[in-house]
Amino acid sequence: MNRRHLLQALGAAALGGGQIGRLYAAPTSGPRFLLVFLRGGYDSTNLLIPYSSSYYYEARPNIAVPRPDTASSTGALALDADWALAPAVRDTIGALYLQKQAAFVPFVGTEDLTRSHFETQDSIELGQPLSGSRNYRSGFLGRLADTLAGSRPAASIAFTDAMPLAFAGTSTVPNLSLKNVGKPAFDERQARILSDMYGGHHLEGAVTNGLELRHDVAQEFADEMRAANRDAINTKGFELEAERMAMLMRDKYRIGFIDVGGWDTHVGEGAAQGSLPTNLASLGRGLQTFSQTLGSAWQDTVVVVLSEFGRTFRENGNRGTDHGHGTVYWVLGGAIKGGVIAGEQQVVSRATLFQDRDYPVLNDYRGVLGGLFRSLWGMSSAQSAAVFPQRAPVDLKLV
Amino acid sequence: MSISAYARGSLTGLSACLLLVCSACATRTPTAAATGAPQVGGAPLPVLRREDVLWLERVTFGLDSTTVADYQRLGRERFLAAQLHAVDRPLPAPIAATIAAMEVTHIDSQATLADVAARNKALGALPEGADRELARKTLGDHGNELAYEAIRRDLLRAVYSESQLQEQMIWFWLNHFSVYQHKANVRWVIGDYEERAIRPHALGSFKDLVLATLEHPAMLQYLDNQQNAAGHVNENYARELMELHTLGVGGGYSQGDVQQLALVLTGVGINTGEPPRLKPELRPLYRRHGAFEFNPARHDFSAKILFGVPVRGQGFAEVENAVALIVAQPACARFIARELATYFVSDNPPPALVARMARTFQQSNGDIAAVLHTLFTAREFDASLGGKFKDPMRFVVSSVRFAYDGRAISNVKPMLNWLNSLGEAPYGRQTPDGYPMTELNWASSGQLSRRFEIARAIGSGNAGLFDAEQGTTAGAAGFPQLSNRLYFEAVEPFLLAKTRDALGRANSQQEWNTFLLSSPEFSYE
Repeated sequence: MNRRHLLQALGAAALGGGQIGRLYAAPTSGPRFLLVFLRGGYDSTNLLIPYSSSYYYEARPNIAVPRPDTASSTGALALDADWALAPAVRDTIGALYLQKQAAFVPFVGTEDLTRSHFETQDSIELGQPLSGSRNYRSGFLGRLADTLAGSRPAASIAFTDAMPLAFAGTSTVPNLSLKNVGKPAFDERQARILSDMYGGHHLEGAVTNGLELRHDVAQEFADEMRAANRDAINTKGFELEAERMAMLMRDKYRIGFIDVGGWDTHVGEGAAQGSLPTNLASLGRGLQTFSQTLGSAWQDTVVVVLSEFGRTFRENGNRGTDHGHGTVYWVLGGAIKGGVIAGEQQVVSRATLFQDRDYPVLNDYRGVLGGLFRSLWGMSSAQSAAVFPQRAPVDLKLV
Repeated sequence: MSISAYARGSLTGLSACLLLVCSACATRTPTAAATGAPQVGGAPLPVLRREDVLWLERVTFGLDSTTVADYQRLGRERFLAAQLHAVDRPLPAPIAATIAAMEVTHIDSQATLADVAARNKALGALPEGADRELARKTLGDHGNELAYEAIRRDLLRAVYSESQLQEQMIWFWLNHFSVYQHKANVRWVIGDYEERAIRPHALGSFKDLVLATLEHPAMLQYLDNQQNAAGHVNENYARELMELHTLGVGGGYSQGDVQQLALVLTGVGINTGEPPRLKPELRPLYRRHGAFEFNPARHDFSAKILFGVPVRGQGFAEVENAVALIVAQPACARFIARELATYFVSDNPPPALVARMARTFQQSNGDIAAVLHTLFTAREFDASLGGKFKDPMRFVVSSVRFAYDGRAISNVKPMLNWLNSLGEAPYGRQTPDGYPMTELNWASSGQLSRRFEIARAIGSGNAGLFDAEQGTTAGAAGFPQLSNRLYFEAVEPFLLAKTRDALGRANSQQEWNTFLLSSPEFSYE
């Protein structure tokens, strides 16, 4: 026996000493929720196009998406007499909409008027009333997970490198980006020593959770890794990430979070083609893959896509758009009552712009999300108030 | 990993292997030779106390023998004075030679961007096809190489410079005035941005620092002000200049102020070619140095009002006046004081300390060294020692400083890979807010696991740090011996019981190294 074989034998013996505790495995039925945060303030006006508004075409001489044409199968997709969907997501999100598995909520957002990315992202993720001081250790997904833990356990995960503020306040939620997955670096003995070293430390939970999750994910994706070794993986980028998210949410988790960047289009965002449509197309393909990979679990899954704010209704001097206010949220799910444009709405014209600049907010995001959560989990009013204090849920009748 | 590290070692045969495993499996007790006080000029130096070690870890990028000896020789007060004022001290010869050989050391933005423009033009003239693609790729590769050189230089200085506080401040300001290398042609000029806009002012005047970043092509491209012109207003930079660089989001400016400042900034841009043809009355207002240009023909000369103060339309003087007005706001002093205290003191810095620092800022006209002196000599600073979680840059740099203790590495790519994988890629923050500086953002479960993996990579072998790269030759190195003199002098006496226990359970020196670098004592300073 040479040295290498000896050490391998020693390693195998160490592994035989019992498994690291599994993370909680979710029951096979019950609702799932994924929040997709588009960081940077995506230009919702070129996603859900107000094509009945002549002012849209006046305000965006270079970057307006052309009106839908029933003869075209590649242009904007008319959703009703006023709204059309961007060509970039026509075959993905548009297809879901036609199957009533997608809906859009325009004129939605927060009362935060700083028009700062960071300030507004923070205030949305915290989900607290704007009056009063902020508690940076309490995000709304964290409160949701805690609230549900009392009755039906809701295992949660952030598919991100860093823990998002939305989950602040819960020490038990793990995070792991699924852009790359690999074998865990530590065997069970080493993992136990590392956990013990943090025994009693305030990071103990995070240390232990993190080491366990690495181990779990390696098992979950063992097949995929084998396939990768044979070059059999044909998806990549956000699509691959979305596929992996779906596998983990199908088997283990009920509440998930992911963020996607690259939406701050001050310059040259493009109309039917260009940088924004490219990003939208990738997002659309990823979410379609997510829905397909979930299989039957898609029936009890709801996805909300949101962003900190919309952008200026008019294009700026550089064929882009600047920071705005009201935006458009997407709601997707296998069993939602989709195929609608939901929530309070108004005619899109220059006169109805907020501060002669951007979309107004007619639907408060806390009310909208609170309404979805209440319907999904059958929450009591006390539970709803714990998630979004001082904001009554609004039922958009999508779930 | 540990298996391959063993395989590379000099030991052969089963007995030697087992001997190594056993000899390293217990925490070593300090010996007289290891703990004997170091001597300079015959006089014994004072023994380090825990508060000395923690103080030093915070003021520098981490311990190494040179820094510790300097501190022991000078005492805290003189050490601090030297760090605050005597800057750009010479680097160790091999590091200085590596930096001197870099292309990025010998170019400036003007020449670089002019070259890029010329090569792009030549490219455009080629017919579509393989030649054009090759030329495009060659050009892009060159930009990537320059960006890598800039990062390599930054990391080498962070590890080896004796001006440790200056290097930390350069990191701090690069992060405060963050630019993203993958936008436009930013990657070509980040080396120049660090060297000519940030470095000269890192411990100097805050107003000069703001103006230097404002005029630099890296910032002008990144936040789009090069496109901001009368009739084509782009307010991106104007907003971030107040929100992120000077006043903070609650700093008392309005959306109206953002729009007015955007008008003030019209015409501030980049030119690497011929000067524009200007009407005679505009010519005296034209400004240019390096790649920076103020073109009065692109400026909006209307009268503006900023914070209620009228700004007369008069060209670039408006910009200088506006920056002076902004940095003189009490909100700016408070914001910068709080940012500095968040990085150096605590995730929630004591308000009284921030207020004293803000007062120093105002009384000294924004003298950064003076504000830092207030910070480092405050009792709140002493009280905070040991409680600050290292961000990835501090973790990676302090690990390499500790593991190789002044010995010149040949290759910084592993360090860059670790920073990338920990989520703090240099010049890699897409959004202009810079990386966060608080534990909440770096100590999630996923990030801690990743940190332990990197601790293992550093502790288990040379991790590629001694491979040759451009301008260096390969060095021979096995895994580092972390149980060295520095360890027994500055680390071992202060270890917690749980850490001692973990080290005692290590099966090899590599594992021992891994646990030490993964310990809470190593991640908190």
